[in-house]
Amino acid sequence: MAKKIGVYFDKSNIGAGLDLDALSDVVTGKFGGSCPVVKVFPVLGAETARQEIRQDIAENELDGVLIIGSSPRVDWDLYRFEGVTVERVNLREQGVLGYGAKVEAGEDAEADEDLFKLAADYVRMGVVKLTKMEEAGGGEVESVRTIMVLGGGWTGLTAAVNAANSGYDVVLVEKEAELGGRAKGLLKTVPLKYPYTDVHDTGIEQKIAAVEGNERITVLTSAKVRKVSGQPGQFTAVVKTKDGNQEIPVGAIVMATGWQPMDAGVMAPFGYGTLEGVVTAAEFEKMAKEGTLKARRVAFILNTGLVDGGDIYTSVCDEEPAEAAAAKPEAEDDEQTSYEHKDLESLRHLPYTNAISSVVALKQAGYVCDASEDGQAFILYDSMVVQGIHERFYKAAQDKLGVMMSKADITGVAQAEDGGLLVRAANTLMGEDVEIRVDMVVLPTGMVPSTAKDPVVWFDYRQGPNLPDLDLFDGYADSNYICFPYETRRTGLYAAGCVRQPMMLDAAEEDAIGATMKAIQCIESANRGMAVHPRSGDLSYPIFNFVRCTQCKRCTEECPFGALDDDEKGTPKPNFSRCRRCGTCMGACPERVISFANYNIDQIGSMIREIEVPDDMNAGGPRVLILACENDAYPALDMAALRGHHWSPYVRIIPVRCLGSVNAIWVADAMSKGIDGVMLLGCKYGDDYQCHFVKGSEICNRRKENIAETLNRLGVEPERVEQYEVAIDEYDKLPGMIDEFMNMILEKGPNPFKGY
Amino acid sequence: MSNSILVVGGGFSGLTAALEAAEVGYEVFIVEKTPFLGGRVMQLSKYFPKLCPPSCGLEIQYQRIRNNPKIKFFTQATVQAVKGEAGNYTVKVAIKPRHTAPYSADLGLLASSLEGESTSEFDFGLAKRKPLYLSVPFAFPNRYVLDKEALTKADELKVGRSVAVDMNEAAREIELEVGSIVLATGWKPYDVTRLTNLGAGQIANCVSNMQLERLAASGGPTGGAIRRPSDGKAPKKVAFVQCAGSRDQNHLNYCSYICCMASLKQATYVREQYPDAEVTVYYIDLRTPGRYDKFMRKVRADEKISLVKGKVAGVEEDAASGDVIVEVEDAVKGEKKKVRYDMVVLATGMRPTLADEKLPVDVPVDEDGFIVGGEDKGIFAAGCAKMPLDVMRSAQSGTSAALQAIQTVKGR
Repeated sequence: MAKKIGVYFDKSNIGAGLDLDALSDVVTGKFGGSCPVVKVFPVLGAETARQEIRQDIAENELDGVLIIGSSPRVDWDLYRFEGVTVERVNLREQGVLGYGAKVEAGEDAEADEDLFKLAADYVRMGVVKLTKMEEAGGGEVESVRTIMVLGGGWTGLTAAVNAANSGYDVVLVEKEAELGGRAKGLLKTVPLKYPYTDVHDTGIEQKIAAVEGNERITVLTSAKVRKVSGQPGQFTAVVKTKDGNQEIPVGAIVMATGWQPMDAGVMAPFGYGTLEGVVTAAEFEKMAKEGTLKARRVAFILNTGLVDGGDIYTSVCDEEPAEAAAAKPEAEDDEQTSYEHKDLESLRHLPYTNAISSVVALKQAGYVCDASEDGQAFILYDSMVVQGIHERFYKAAQDKLGVMMSKADITGVAQAEDGGLLVRAANTLMGEDVEIRVDMVVLPTGMVPSTAKDPVVWFDYRQGPNLPDLDLFDGYADSNYICFPYETRRTGLYAAGCVRQPMMLDAAEEDAIGATMKAIQCIESANRGMAVHPRSGDLSYPIFNFVRCTQCKRCTEECPFGALDDDEKGTPKPNFSRCRRCGTCMGACPERVISFANYNIDQIGSMIREIEVPDDMNAGGPRVLILACENDAYPALDMAALRGHHWSPYVRIIPVRCLGSVNAIWVADAMSKGIDGVMLLGCKYGDDYQCHFVKGSEICNRRKENIAETLNRLGVEPERVEQYEVAIDEYDKLPGMIDEFMNMILEKGPNPFKGY
Repeated sequence: MSNSILVVGGGFSGLTAALEAAEVGYEVFIVEKTPFLGGRVMQLSKYFPKLCPPSCGLEIQYQRIRNNPKIKFFTQATVQAVKGEAGNYTVKVAIKPRHTAPYSADLGLLASSLEGESTSEFDFGLAKRKPLYLSVPFAFPNRYVLDKEALTKADELKVGRSVAVDMNEAAREIELEVGSIVLATGWKPYDVTRLTNLGAGQIANCVSNMQLERLAASGGPTGGAIRRPSDGKAPKKVAFVQCAGSRDQNHLNYCSYICCMASLKQATYVREQYPDAEVTVYYIDLRTPGRYDKFMRKVRADEKISLVKGKVAGVEEDAASGDVIVEVEDAVKGEKKKVRYDMVVLATGMRPTLADEKLPVDVPVDEDGFIVGGEDKGIFAAGCAKMPLDVMRSAQSGTSAALQAIQTVKGR
């Protein structure tokens, strides 16, 4: 912890309206012993100022530097000093600017008491924070530089080769006897490269050859993962092969286990299963590949409204009948049989596949025309979902003789008298309802991800073998973050290809390389003891004081990433490289057993206790503590201030890593200090969650109920503690929210504990 | 020989590529031509389908930059020359002067006191900006930039007095030694003035989709209020014209990927602000792939939103009212009609930056300006420089480019 701190004030940023000499006295008065250097610089950002700081550090053997001025979100590059812990006090944005000291440029304002008190509180909080921080580090996990790729199809093969070419060993696990996956079954592929106009060979044989010829890649076919235990850098995968089980140490996992065709039984309304000649796109491709395609007139029905046109997105809970079918994963042992995996295949997988189905129909229409001179293909769609550059393929297909396309609502498919098929359609582009006589009807094949049916990876984690909350994505192992597509709920596991989302082979290729990048990054970060996304580079990790642990298991259950296992007694067992350092465990623990070297209960609690609370609310004003998530709410406050918004001078803002890390003791500390209210500002939760740690703000909200109960018993109104979902761009609304809360507090009157 | 990586373009794909590579330990340089990082997504109000703000993900990216000394970025910077080969490139970069202090100074008061004004390119001409400016409150780095040419004489005196402004800062050139290059030069909206049948950009209340984003954005010229540019009125009837320029041999010979989803998203912007407003989207195909289908159905379920397959033949302005008359053929019903709207939004497409600007880098570019090669030289395209993509795919693309760049420099 910082024992010798240099404290530096930036006059250019906070001098207006503040007596910085008086503030310096506040520091030396209370912390003179720990703060041998306290200075005011006219412009702290100037090179001369920073040179002087470096000199101070050397001469005084400082181990901490407190920069009091602008937000830590700006000028970070200017305040990097070797060998010292640097902390920033945000007195510009969240002090002077948020307060709105009325000062003309160049003038000194009258010393404003409220502003001074605010500043003094923040300055003291800053010093105390530094004294309660240890240097983070020591969480290195000696990592195995091997990547396990699950799935030897197009995506898996690509991932394996790229991992090998990046200097990593690879173990490729493929459940079938041969490599190649579904791409092998394609006659041709939709164009994957410039000029994107013509179908071509997939090139899957070359991919297979590249893997088989690569020394760094160990291929296990007829193999499946039974169990994965451990943590990134040090996973142990148990793989069942023809020759028995193998225990393989791996550093990270790329899951490229692809998809299976949707149960075509749902296509019964189109005559599938009853009418001769009604097939799925997958079956059609097989015929084309095997050379058994005889049909001359083929209708490709893309508009499956008869089947999926209804409300298929009604929340799963609403429509949960007793037939919550449990899929029967091919269980390998007792552990696996006892786990019930909810089968997530549904009608939704049909529209999920819409873009693939559109281009596949174009491709297969081409097969029909190529197979015979009088070949005729009819594509009947609601929309041709041919995205982006692949429009060039669409255009080329439109120019093909024999291909006719129309928007159409399919009203029915019937057997024709001559044994062929009749497709009836309405609302077409042809100006009237039509009946088309064809030899064959091709229906889209929905792509159901392997993870809809089976945990696939079988994590030997306390929270269970599966990726959590997969029903949010209908079984796809996808990320809920638009900006961060590879983030799964299990650190070290990166999904690629159609197990993640239906995608074309060109996108899957890119996806494979992307997932491999993340797998490599994970291994290297674990090796350095660093967190991965979103707190990339964080060297701290949760430290447990097990002596006080009561085995309540809240931490193990609430961790969004399953980072904590437990032993037979129920004592948590942390796995550091699984951890994202959000601190949700720290917030959960009622005994306050968990801490991080540079972020802990005592630190924030001590900062709260530094807030000076006037005994008389009417004379000195109320006090409200704001715990603001540093990812969305804190930046929004900065921007509100920079935009010229002001808010009550009686709030004190403390950034937290995630609302999930908020421990109830902080609220208790605030209340016993006489603070009149607490606002918890964090990210949106729910299905479209924004919380970068998935569950943090949701969990905080749940915990708030317990807090409310406690407050009630103490005779404190529970409304004094409130949580708000704040988006980072809601900076114009924030000041109003704060003032509204403040008004509510003023109406309620002072905290009953004030003055005690 | 160098194992550093250069990323040209500090937009979404460029940032992603740079960060992924830097976090494995490689030194990465980002060269960005505008004064701020973030690129086109900074101009958006929200992303589809979650309707979340772009600055949310970008804040994490900027945190990652702050925490990683391996990343060095240059704004107001352009690549002037590239010499060498994979593993061994020397790149000359020109940096225009910012004229403001190398630290964050709150110049808001000074900026608003200036007389000079120019058209804000960032707001696509919908607003003016001062000569001293931040593009948006979230701008990163949070440092003002001075456009000297827009200053009046009086302005010059004012800014000259500020300790945080250096009027004489000179342009400079630096040389970077890198082993591989990621080209993430992105896109710009298709030039509306070329859409002669759709108003050619002359009709006040016929705006582009990107302009609508600026109107809807909280940091935009109207603080997020969608109003008619001509008279500031709240629109009651809005039409979206899809494929304005895309999928058209005369303009853009490809689909711009995002415009269908963008218009549906924008329809929700309008409906949220104006619960009585009616919205019609005229499309050729509704391209809402995969997960986006759910979003499309939710939008379609809104009674006041109509989705009509129909080609818009033209738009006309009714000068007196400012209304826009749309001439459209309903493809299914076969009806041609003219419909009056308060406001029309043209879903203009994406044109790759390199379609018009040449980089001094020897990479093959196709007839539309998309990069179609260069890997053998250790040059990798990412994001919309390669093909039209949405944000999620751009993230994927940037991550993939990062690994390929690393493979080129590894071991050097």
